[in-house]
Amino acid sequence: MLWLLFILPLTSAAVIHFLLKQERAGLASKLGTLSSLVCLILGISWILGLFSIPASWSWISVGEFNANIGLIEDSLSKGMMIIVCGIGFLVHVFSLAYMEDDDAKARYFGNLSLFMFSMTGIVLAENFIMMFIFWELVGLSSYLLIGHWYKKDTAADAAKKAFLSNRIGDFGFLIGILMTSILAGSVVFTDMDGASFIGQGTLGTCLASLAVLLVFCGAIGKSAQLPLHVWLPDAMEGPTPVSALIHAATMVAAGVYMMARFFQSIGETFLTNLPALEIIAWIGAITSLVAALMATQQNDIKKILAYSTLSQLGYMVMAVGLLDPNAGMFHLYTHAWFKALLFLGSGAIIFACHHEQNIWKMGGLLKRMPITSITFIIGTLALTAVPLSSGFVSKEGILKAAAGKPLFWIALTVAALTTFYMFRLIFVAILGKAKDDHSKNAKEVEIKMFGPLVILAVLAFVSQYFTGLIPETIGNPIHSFPKVDEFFFYSLGAFAVGFVLAFLFYYNRAKDPISIPLFRNKFYIDELYAGIVKWFQDILAALVHFLDEFIINGLLVGGATRLAQGTGNIFRKYGQSGNLQHYALISGVGILLAIYFTVFA
Amino acid sequence: MLTLALILIPLLAVAAIFFCAPALARKITLGAASANLLLAILAITTHCSGVSLNVLESPSIALSLNIFENKGISIVMLILSVVVTLAAVLSGNCPKDREKLWFSSILLISVGAIGAFISTDMFFFFAFHELALIPTFLMIGILGRGDRKEVAWKTTIYLAFGSIVLLAGLLLIVNQIGTFDMTKLEPLAKYQNEVALLLIIGFGTLVSLFPFHSWAAPAYASAPAPISMLHAGVLKKFGLYGLIVVGYKVAPDGMAHWLPLLLVLLLCNIIWVGLVTINQKRLDLMLGNSSVMHMGYIFLAIAALIDNGSTFATEAAVLLMFAHGISIAMSFCLADRIEAKTGSLEINQLGGLAKNTPNLAFLFGLVGMASIGLPGLANFAGEIMVFFSGFENWNAADGFGPLQITTMIAIWGVVISAVYMLRAFRNIFHGDTVRRTEKVTPLSRDEKIPALILGLILLIVGIYPQAILQFFN
Repeated sequence: MLWLLFILPLTSAAVIHFLLKQERAGLASKLGTLSSLVCLILGISWILGLFSIPASWSWISVGEFNANIGLIEDSLSKGMMIIVCGIGFLVHVFSLAYMEDDDAKARYFGNLSLFMFSMTGIVLAENFIMMFIFWELVGLSSYLLIGHWYKKDTAADAAKKAFLSNRIGDFGFLIGILMTSILAGSVVFTDMDGASFIGQGTLGTCLASLAVLLVFCGAIGKSAQLPLHVWLPDAMEGPTPVSALIHAATMVAAGVYMMARFFQSIGETFLTNLPALEIIAWIGAITSLVAALMATQQNDIKKILAYSTLSQLGYMVMAVGLLDPNAGMFHLYTHAWFKALLFLGSGAIIFACHHEQNIWKMGGLLKRMPITSITFIIGTLALTAVPLSSGFVSKEGILKAAAGKPLFWIALTVAALTTFYMFRLIFVAILGKAKDDHSKNAKEVEIKMFGPLVILAVLAFVSQYFTGLIPETIGNPIHSFPKVDEFFFYSLGAFAVGFVLAFLFYYNRAKDPISIPLFRNKFYIDELYAGIVKWFQDILAALVHFLDEFIINGLLVGGATRLAQGTGNIFRKYGQSGNLQHYALISGVGILLAIYFTVFA
Repeated sequence: MLTLALILIPLLAVAAIFFCAPALARKITLGAASANLLLAILAITTHCSGVSLNVLESPSIALSLNIFENKGISIVMLILSVVVTLAAVLSGNCPKDREKLWFSSILLISVGAIGAFISTDMFFFFAFHELALIPTFLMIGILGRGDRKEVAWKTTIYLAFGSIVLLAGLLLIVNQIGTFDMTKLEPLAKYQNEVALLLIIGFGTLVSLFPFHSWAAPAYASAPAPISMLHAGVLKKFGLYGLIVVGYKVAPDGMAHWLPLLLVLLLCNIIWVGLVTINQKRLDLMLGNSSVMHMGYIFLAIAALIDNGSTFATEAAVLLMFAHGISIAMSFCLADRIEAKTGSLEINQLGGLAKNTPNLAFLFGLVGMASIGLPGLANFAGEIMVFFSGFENWNAADGFGPLQITTMIAIWGVVISAVYMLRAFRNIFHGDTVRRTEKVTPLSRDEKIPALILGLILLIVGIYPQAILQFFN
């Protein structure tokens, strides 16, 4: 039965792409949505214990190489599955309205189904090879969806950039998997045995650290951590519901999920005292800080949310590096719901404002779009970790994991910054006065769009109480609900600082009083990369090409060719007939002669 | 008897083309190619026995054909040959009044490839391959594009050089073993190092092993589409096939002796040629270079076989040979359509093609993704096995060995190939239409069929690799 989780979306994608096409786009969109609804029901039934895991299927079995396609059942995969199916379904419903008039609606829903198929594979994969397979397929669906409006150069470039950034990460990931298969003795998660590898001296520690870091490279790509974060903000070129599903809630979280799964499988004995962990934690912390700083100076509503996602992912990665993947997973879980809410909310706003994305041209939306605005504010409260919200609980888990380390202060700063940039967005875009005609004439969206918003707004507060669904890595108990302790006050303090600053600077403003080009221009990292890529492609590749042409081809071969041509011309005078059979005969005779002389002479 | 028919049918068809009206040439060829496809399936499913016709008594040379020798590798190569032949017949536009040359060349290359892959006699193994080269040269020289004379010469020189070195190596083997019979091959008592070097260079040149690679891309760019498809897709695999079924059998120690050299050369294939590929401005040259680059992975599998006697490196190599053969044939088939529709293959002169020919964009996207190793398509299954074979038997306590280091660097190739393939796709199919692509029409049914056949195989083998792997025993 559970194979249906794969078969349904894949069939839906195939039927939409090959049979329905744009001519029957209405049917296509309904088919895609229906498939996601059935998957949600199946997923819930599985979690309630109605279905059990089917036997795995042998994909390749040759010699000592065995790769299976099989499913894994534990609280980690169950919690993740409910996110994918739940948000997946809501995004489908939202898209019905959002993509109503798109002239490639069928392609959109087909690719959305393809994404659901691939993401399910990552979540349920029982081994690293299967995970890698679906990992790449998720990359493909993300590429297709970012490039949905491929006629626009920016969208086409963003799609390419996303795929390539992920590929760079996957380069390391693949090597990491290869190393793990030897160090831990298996690629199957339940068979990995990291304990047996311990105690082989400095070389052992180095190899173990290297393996962990290389596997982490996959997460750097997929979860957009520094230095491969550049693709995620550009990915906002895709339709907004896609941003909500793929680039906020599910795919980008896959990196964190993969690390949690990996850590749980390889075991704590393997990991303790590895220098690699420190590096992972710092990469997460720096990403979260840098992205939060970038977010404070963005004017595009989706870009703000994109940088916010980067920042929150950095949080989760930091928790993983602190050897508390459970805290990271918990935050992943709560974040998925409220960030999907924020993205879909921004989608509704953009839709109502006729595709205006600049927050400085919005304003006064609370009156005109009350449901969207209120749900958006609820999402903001969860993201900025207001007590009682799900974000507050999960963020506290991460703060606790970092307690007593310098990382704690970074995490706290990021918390204040998060509140600052989110309330900047609220004060400028939602409250205040309308700043142009689009926002003046904005109307509340239809139920297909605000329905999912309301459901997600409820979940932003109650998701924390579904303890049975909260992804939990074995060996790490779920974090208890917050007591009023020092962390409570730290959290509250950070919120207060961020909120007051945002109020002072942005309440009732028509123009941005702060201008920090460094933040607005994303620390010029994109420019730096563009330079490196240009250098690499144009200069290095041209150099190699030149050497190849000039030395190998020109001198070595060219000489030989000319020599032979000279000789050939002599023969050609007598031997050329243009007749195929003739050439065959000469060649055959030549070979026979050569053999005759070597064997018999 | 079936086995012999695999060779005879195309040869008879060539004779028929010679005597019939040019208008019938395509039909005869299509009939022969389809018949051969059915025959191959029949021969494999019925486990037909081999044939052996004595040609010479002492030393004994016999036309021995058997598809079940060589641990199933021959079966896979046979399937590859007949499928790509059929697709090649259906691809490209034959110029008027050249039907006889065009279609008899396709059939002769096909016979040469099939013959070489199912021969169990070293003389015919070699001779069949030579037979296939002649029409290849002629087609480039007579019907090629661009600077065809120059390219035809260069290709001829290179491949003749490779063949002669190879011949020397083979004769050295025959001298010691005293027979041409490939089923009697065994590790040589002496001269293993010399034989191994001759075979690596000889076979290597035929597979465009660095630094003997620069003939390949211009040849494929210049040759008419069916010829590029057959040579890059099928015939080129002869060298790899030879290294596995002859080289490794007669000179395992000799190959091990040259392993460091092989590792360096194959890395150059992947990284060096990969960078050259990134720098290409024309799609056909890019595809040609990418084909050279991907040979590096198959050499990597062979290196793993030599280094640690990996239990699945042979299968990995052959699966990747198959996958690459299908995908490169499909690429050339589609590139030819792009040129026919737009009049250009300059990557920067095209754009927005997806708008008017969505089916061409889909098929090219499919094969592009296959060639950069996207899971679900055949090439990935081969590549992942190759990479794992590099780490099989890795003893972590000794740190990384040369093979592991090579494997790790080689994996960077997955980034390189994504860079050039996605950039080409982006520039040709995405963005707004340009003058050349404004009035382009979608692929017609006839244009679609060869690509669909190949694409479907990529998909089936990608999802279910055992479809090919089952033939190994």
